[in-house]
Amino acid sequence: MHLSSSGGTSLPRESIQTPAFHRSRIAEGKEAVLNPQAPQKPQFAQILRGTGVTPYNKAHHSFAIFTACATFILIIAGALVTSNDAGLSVPDWPTSFGKWVKMPPMVGGVKFEHSHRMIAQFIGVLTIVIAVWTWRADKRSWMKKLGLAALGTIIAQGILGGITVLHFLPPAVSTAHAIVGQTFFCIAVCIAMFTGRKWVAEEPATAVETQRPTLMTLSLLSVAVLYIQLILGGMFRHKGMGWEPHVINAALVTFVLTWTSVRALSRFSHVDAVRPPAVLLVSLLMVQLSLGFFAFIEKVMLGAAAVQPTPGMVLATVTHTATGALLLATAVVLAIQVWRHVPVLSEERASSGARKAVTA
Amino acid sequence: MVRHALLPLLVVPALLLAGCTGRNTPNQESAANTPVQQSMKYDPATVGSITGTVTFGGAVPKPVTIDMSADPACKGQNASEALAVHDGKLANVLVHVKNVSGFSDLVQHPEVVVTQRGCRYAPHVVAVMAGQTVKFVNADDTMHNIHPMPRANREWNAAQASHAEPLEKKFIAPELMVPVKCNQHPWMKMYVNVMNNSFFAVTGADGKFDLKGLPPGTYTVEAVHESLGAQQQEITLGNKENRNVEFTFASQKGAAAAK
Repeated sequence: MHLSSSGGTSLPRESIQTPAFHRSRIAEGKEAVLNPQAPQKPQFAQILRGTGVTPYNKAHHSFAIFTACATFILIIAGALVTSNDAGLSVPDWPTSFGKWVKMPPMVGGVKFEHSHRMIAQFIGVLTIVIAVWTWRADKRSWMKKLGLAALGTIIAQGILGGITVLHFLPPAVSTAHAIVGQTFFCIAVCIAMFTGRKWVAEEPATAVETQRPTLMTLSLLSVAVLYIQLILGGMFRHKGMGWEPHVINAALVTFVLTWTSVRALSRFSHVDAVRPPAVLLVSLLMVQLSLGFFAFIEKVMLGAAAVQPTPGMVLATVTHTATGALLLATAVVLAIQVWRHVPVLSEERASSGARKAVTA
Repeated sequence: MVRHALLPLLVVPALLLAGCTGRNTPNQESAANTPVQQSMKYDPATVGSITGTVTFGGAVPKPVTIDMSADPACKGQNASEALAVHDGKLANVLVHVKNVSGFSDLVQHPEVVVTQRGCRYAPHVVAVMAGQTVKFVNADDTMHNIHPMPRANREWNAAQASHAEPLEKKFIAPELMVPVKCNQHPWMKMYVNVMNNSFFAVTGADGKFDLKGLPPGTYTVEAVHESLGAQQQEITLGNKENRNVEFTFASQKGAAAAK
């Protein structure tokens, strides 16, 4: 199963027998020619798999790790705002009580909301630094673009935070704030991963996927169901809908993530880059399910009798939110590592006839 | 394959947004939607009144304790006012004539002042005529934010510094039980009732109410509690007649805890 090459496209293409149907489609220009000699435009997956393009920069990588960790703290700070019902304790934005710099008394809900704003500003500065640094130091053009994307995402996130305050926390906007926040966290984690020594220096060991659905599909499905779960959880948390859809979808998340992890660990545990995120994914899933149960008891069952956010309610919902962010980032990392190390061959995607020829 | 896997990411938010009905709020009926069933001819010589008491039946749940430690400046009582029962009498109940509109100047109601003291609102429930000024006073040594969450009126959120100038606000549209809360101190919650006629009262600790200046006629009298819901009675009032009406609310699961 192991291939020594750095990509799946180096398989012996002469083994591919193009059926008549596909020959006619190729003649009509409706299908790509699978010609090993013809120079092909590199696919995004191939670009991601590329090595040796940029030198390992320890300082850059360390800074990216720091940014990702600080972003995780920001997610906890944001979760604390919602769990303490403090989102509107500072009524104005972008100023705080009319001031740009002066810190208000950090008591009650202001403590959570203003801390969240300050940490967010700090992350904004970190993101500017990482975007500029990446633009100047990293030779990979897609990394330069990713740095800019991170900057755009954090700006959009800040504006969403402002809109939700100025419009008194509309559920859809607050949920979008949660989604974009966790998306930024995933980007920050990815930047840290892409700048790592392993990523820039290693020659990816690849393995051929023969089962259907592919691990790539399952990994992407994991990301998708986690995003849906994030939306449903966010809408419940921000009073846009009941808890039922979130709990029902938890069953789907459990099924898909378990399937993904089991597939990854049973078939590709020898791939060093795939094993850790797969183990982490299933471990975090177990933790997250427990925290979800805890949060359900505190928020739904006991929460109805609360006149204010209780410590148990805050602890349960914040840890559930934070672990959800870790779970989403892990799924994204797994999907990218699977993309890199367990590629779906491009000729497989070109036609089913060719796929049979390759995998035969 | 990638396209198919990512499709739910696009479809689900769209479905969610399409299916959302806005924030969940307690059962609050806008007085503006109440049909006007009665057209009154007002003669001061014929007016009477409807008085009575609101009681609470059954065992009174233990008040929920409030933890005010989040702000050292918050002192005083620390029990929830969501269910205020004294000797079986229920306070903070709005009693009003439902099927009449207009007549805003028949009964003079005093200026409504809501004071934030000890990180609590006093009074806990107020009623004002639509368009009447509500004055918010911060008597605490800490800042508050005042945030009404109406359905029919404009939502607003304003900070008020310690001992700052009173904040004067008006609620234009008739609406019952508008929640007002402080997000800096999330246990702080009160209700503003915006009325379309002047026949209303809020029960005090003795549970009593007095609807004065009512001309003869048949009225729907409604008692509304923030968590126990609403009750109605049909009352026919003759010339200069004073009728006594009793309302009894029973305990509901979680009623004591409703925010």
